[in-house]
Amino acid sequence: MGPAPLISQQTFMQQVSGQPIIEVRSLSKTFKDVTAVDGIEFSIGRGSVTALLGGNGAGKTTTLSILLGLLLPTSGTVQVLGEDMIRHRHRVLARMNFSSPYVDLPRRLTVMENLIVYGRLYGIPDVRARIGELAEDLDIGGLLRRPTGDLSSGQRTRVALAKALLNRPELLLLDEPTASLDPDTGDWIRTYLETHRDRWGMTILLASHNMAEVERLCDNVLMMKTGKIIDRGAPEALIARYGRQTMEEVFLDIARDRVSLENPDQPSAAQ
Amino acid sequence: MNGEPNPGQSEIALSIRRILAVFLRHVYVLRRSWPRILDMAYWPTVQMVLWGFITQFFMGHSSWVAQAAGVLISAVLLWDILFRANLGVSLTFLEEMWSRNFGQLFVSPLRPIEMVMGMTLLSFVRTLIGVLPAALLALPLFDVWVFSLGLPLAAFFANLLVFGWSIGLLVSAAVLRLGLGAENLAWVAIFAVAPISGIYYPIDTLPPWLQPVAWALPSSYVFEGMRAVLFDGDFRWDLFYKAVALNALHFAAAVGFFLYMFRVARQRGLLLQQGE
Repeated sequence: MGPAPLISQQTFMQQVSGQPIIEVRSLSKTFKDVTAVDGIEFSIGRGSVTALLGGNGAGKTTTLSILLGLLLPTSGTVQVLGEDMIRHRHRVLARMNFSSPYVDLPRRLTVMENLIVYGRLYGIPDVRARIGELAEDLDIGGLLRRPTGDLSSGQRTRVALAKALLNRPELLLLDEPTASLDPDTGDWIRTYLETHRDRWGMTILLASHNMAEVERLCDNVLMMKTGKIIDRGAPEALIARYGRQTMEEVFLDIARDRVSLENPDQPSAAQ
Repeated sequence: MNGEPNPGQSEIALSIRRILAVFLRHVYVLRRSWPRILDMAYWPTVQMVLWGFITQFFMGHSSWVAQAAGVLISAVLLWDILFRANLGVSLTFLEEMWSRNFGQLFVSPLRPIEMVMGMTLLSFVRTLIGVLPAALLALPLFDVWVFSLGLPLAAFFANLLVFGWSIGLLVSAAVLRLGLGAENLAWVAIFAVAPISGIYYPIDTLPPWLQPVAWALPSSYVFEGMRAVLFDGDFRWDLFYKAVALNALHFAAAVGFFLYMFRVARQRGLLLQQGE
């Protein structure tokens, strides 16, 4: 059986708790003749955890880059924490942060040096005290004097997370936060994120390929394909709507074109 | 609260903090890498020794050099200020590209202009580290005390430093746009201005059609000014003012070009694609 009709942006907005912390309208990004993001719209409420899902080339990283101000859109508007991210990104960058296994910290610097530099960039008044708190929380006290380039991928992920939490961000953007980690370390990171979100009411937007992670952490999901958002909703609602058992099966339905985008009631010919 | 950014702090104070953070990030690299510090001082010293011996030879064979014994050594030391100031900016920028750090730096509140200021501050320190040992060694080796130039030396230093920053920023902007395939520009671009800056010979040695190009560079006024001090004992204020005016133009244009290329990089998604 095919899924019920896509829920609208308006319905999704009603499901989002509280005031939107991110509002994206008619957002598009074109590189020469390639449309990476194609007129997407979404809102994210304060304190929620939202996943941006999609296969490779779906437009997730482009969307995250625009939200971070690293990339200028071709058209559309992006409001983050009430500010126009395209024109006034410096007004909000101190209130948000980012972590990705694909973006390095300087490898020659020790972990402590990196955290001090970024603490100063974010304007943390007593940066060493804050690093001490995070070192205890994230169990990186023993790594502080080691060069960042000498760390294992699991250790680097925890250090990158420490950097991303230095300023106690209201909004945290994560690009595949547990990619290339062993199950134990991945679980540890997910538990930490849950605890931190509950303690500080942080809003999280994450791009992930790990569907178990999405089911566990996320209140909402935005499914992307070829630059468009093709479905959205809570993980359990999506699973029910597609008549599946897990988000992984939902993901595969969408990735393998087993759903017709034009008429989601009907399975596509590819099924 | 501990760890919270202080929203009451003025924008200027925060800005200085971020500039110093960029500076600190590279001081951390330098302070534990003695080969890097040695490398900075190595070439200026080798150049000074080489031109010291050339000077000693010309003293007996050239009346022009004999009139002012330190002219060639002073020239080579001043040239190294320009060269090191350029490298101080461009290599600092390249270091961020090599370490794929842009994706972290520019999601922080750091503004591109603050990065420029941090790089120029570091360039000042790197230039001193590079040139000071050679300048001090020139005394015991060749009996040349470049500091006898007095206050004019400070004027020459400041002008060459700022012109070196301008070239370093142009190189950094080009590498940002073209990628690391263009990194060699950091070393070679500066040599395009060497022949027309009149480092070792007066500008009127150049063919007449090339002289207007030379006079468009602040460095030409500095080296002419240096010769005026060494040969005539006269500090040419007219040359100094022209160098300052040209430097203001060149530096403003270089900063503008860098910021423009930064915007182009944001349009094309280059900030996340940098690295080897």
